[in-house]
Amino acid sequence: MDFDLSDDQRLLVDTVASFARKDSPLSRFRTLRDEEPSNADARTPLGFSRETLKKMGDLGWLGLPFPESVGGLGGKCIDVALVLEQLGATLVPEPVVSGVILPGLAVLHAGSAAQHEALLPPLIAGEKLLGLAYAETESRHDLGRVTTRATRTASGYELSGEKRFILDGHAADGFVVSARTSGAEADRDGVSLFVVDKSAPGLTVRPVRMFDGRRAAMLSFAGVKLAEEARLGAEGKALPALEKVIDYGAACACAEGVGLMNAVLGITRDYISQREQFGVKIGSFQALQHKAVDMFVETELAKSTMILGALAAEDEDDETRARGVSAAKVQLSIGGRLVVQQAIQLHGGIGITDEADVGLYFKRMHVLQALFGDEDHHLARFASLPGFAA
Amino acid sequence: MDLSFTPDELTFRAEARAWIYSAMPPHIREKAAVDGHFEMDEIMEWHRVLYAKGWVAPHWPKEVGGPGLDVTRRFILTEELELAGAPALSPFGLSMVGPLLIQFGNEAQKQRFLPKILAGEEKWCQGYSEPNAGSDLASLRLSADDAGDHFVLNGQKTWTTNGHHADWIFVLARTDKGAKKQSGISFLLCDMKTPGVRVRPTLTIGGTYGFCDTFFENVKVPKENLVGPLNGGWTMAKALLGHERTLVAAVGVSARVLTRAKKLASSIKAGGRLLIDDPVVRAKIARAECRLTALKMANYRALASAKLGHAPGPEASILKLRGSETVQTMYELCLDLLGHDALSWFNEPGIVPPQEQWIASNYAYLRATTIYAGSSEIQKNIIAKLILGLPS
Ligand SMILES: Cc1cc2nc3c(=O)[nH]c(=O)nc-3n(C[C@H](O)[C@H](O)[C@H](O)COP(=O)(O)OP(=O)(O)OC[C@H]3O[C@@H](n4cnc5c(N)ncnc54)[C@H](O)[C@@H]3O)c2cc1C
Repeated sequence: MDFDLSDDQRLLVDTVASFARKDSPLSRFRTLRDEEPSNADARTPLGFSRETLKKMGDLGWLGLPFPESVGGLGGKCIDVALVLEQLGATLVPEPVVSGVILPGLAVLHAGSAAQHEALLPPLIAGEKLLGLAYAETESRHDLGRVTTRATRTASGYELSGEKRFILDGHAADGFVVSARTSGAEADRDGVSLFVVDKSAPGLTVRPVRMFDGRRAAMLSFAGVKLAEEARLGAEGKALPALEKVIDYGAACACAEGVGLMNAVLGITRDYISQREQFGVKIGSFQALQHKAVDMFVETELAKSTMILGALAAEDEDDETRARGVSAAKVQLSIGGRLVVQQAIQLHGGIGITDEADVGLYFKRMHVLQALFGDEDHHLARFASLPGFAA
Repeated sequence: MDLSFTPDELTFRAEARAWIYSAMPPHIREKAAVDGHFEMDEIMEWHRVLYAKGWVAPHWPKEVGGPGLDVTRRFILTEELELAGAPALSPFGLSMVGPLLIQFGNEAQKQRFLPKILAGEEKWCQGYSEPNAGSDLASLRLSADDAGDHFVLNGQKTWTTNGHHADWIFVLARTDKGAKKQSGISFLLCDMKTPGVRVRPTLTIGGTYGFCDTFFENVKVPKENLVGPLNGGWTMAKALLGHERTLVAAVGVSARVLTRAKKLASSIKAGGRLLIDDPVVRAKIARAECRLTALKMANYRALASAKLGHAPGPEASILKLRGSETVQTMYELCLDLLGHDALSWFNEPGIVPPQEQWIASNYAYLRATTIYAGSSEIQKNIIAKLILGLPS
């Protein structure tokens, strides 16, 4: 067993940590969150910076999970997790996971070599963004429950249906969309992935605000015409690839969540160490010390399961992957919730203001929990694995 | 032992329920149906409806305009209002300074202020907390210096709920700097229009404006606005905390949000069926309901004891502690039911169904219930000391 970082990993972590501290402290996220649209056309503020994204591409962070054959660095999910942990600490808003890693991995797992070559390099360079569109009104976290339909036409497909809450979809240049090419609503077979340009006729992109101050988009497809080449991989066989990608997303959420929990713990520890009531620092009350300790312990557990989740996310065996990722996501949910709720409680009244930084973390944590399978979903999946019963 | 209400009480409940539903103006009923955030003008509109019915101040004695309801009927009425999701009236006039004036004010003060509180002609806010005096309220520093026929106030209050809407503020201020902590404090009434009073509203984590910083710079307060004895403010402020302690659990609010959870679960589909048909979801909701039932029964016991005329004891801390946590649990339950819709934040109508629209905001804002009116930690300290008698 070896939980130590390699020299390369340590260097990476230090670089990202220093970037987060110097170039994208929490105040940057707040400023971008509160930004008004710069002109009448821009209905929605971007919420991040394209230049910073480009810089991340130049530094190689965006190419981390992709093979060298497509211009990536051939890193592991754990490397990605280490980066995300640091970015999570100051809520760096660039859509690294939502706009690059997950749609990119979908292309990688499902697409052909030609599609890799066409789609991945601009993502890895931070020049283009794709959105990953899978959630529907009644799908909840079941990726195979797809009602968006791609119907065959003479020249390709016609796409109709709706997708909800595409993270950073307001800024995406295109979308990877799951659609049913055959079968009934919940069949595992018959799900295909398509790449759709944001300006495709018949596609409406409706920007929405999210709980955590970031943006997403709702998509509606009304007979969007797609060429045969827009499909990633074999028709109807995309579900396993999509499931792998979303598990990777869950592992990413766990990593970002750990960075976040650590940061919240630090802020709270500092606050109760200087706030005085009854003539003493409130951090001297054992009631509060024990709460802070609980926060710390949950963070440590989450850090440990983050590693499990990141390793499991790339496991060839589906059951091992599911077990590890679900265990990590459940810990994030239980521990993460405790940490952000107690952080507010320990801050007292100031914790209820929008001005307080703990609130930003509180909201982001709830988003991380709802994404890529919530606690109930992962518990149910964990309990349904073949090896579960004793 | 009898756990039921009397037939008369049940009749009163039915009447109250029917009246509330018919009396709510349509736009208020619409918002109530989705647990929306009520703006001050909507709250005051509802205030006037209740005033016309004579129910705006159920706990005030008949002589000063109360309806003369007994403690059980007051509880029932409050619970029904909460269940209906009617706008929660601002407590600062009706439940705080009003009762305090009734108990400690002089005739002139009663006549000057009570009728306008009742009619909703003057809105109040509470100036207790300061940046450095929260849980440790007695260390407050707002100074009120004697200047002959008036006091001069200097300092700052914070977390003043509705400060930006209020006509009047009641403050605890230091009138004797030499005295030890609790003894140099007086209870003063200050017109918010007085020169030198300034409020700065603060956006809350729920995305709505709730409380304010309130600044006082050489603010003149006439001496006739001193309530009770000079330097006697602390005792009165504490007496105020004892009022209507049987209502602090807000069981009606929690019950309403529980019903919301059931409605959500009956409208949201997952895995090809409604959430309410998922045994795991049902068990979660059932668990919340059983916990609420326990709280409700504890509340009824406190009510029965109050009915016998027993003074409210530290048991009220149990109700505040669990009541505040329960309402948080209920909203958390709702939020978890939403799936991806939990991601939505103040979007235009249609992005998520109306009954989901306010859940995230309420969930976030109501983290406050375990902080205000004596935080959970403070309640536990009280229980440890006054009920369990643990050594300090
Ligand atoms: C939404 C909202 C509305 C409010 N409205 C008003 C209003 O209208 N008027 C008004 O005057 N005030 C109002 N308040 C203020 C409220 O009463 C205070 O927030 C509360 O008294 C706590 O004080 P504090 O915020 O300074 O926190 P602190 O007292 O600094 O507490 C911080 C943390 O320390 C804990 N703590 C403190 N002392 C102890 C101890 N002895 N042992 C263990 N733990 C301890 C607390 O429980 C809390 O977790 C409001 C607050 C909120 C959140």
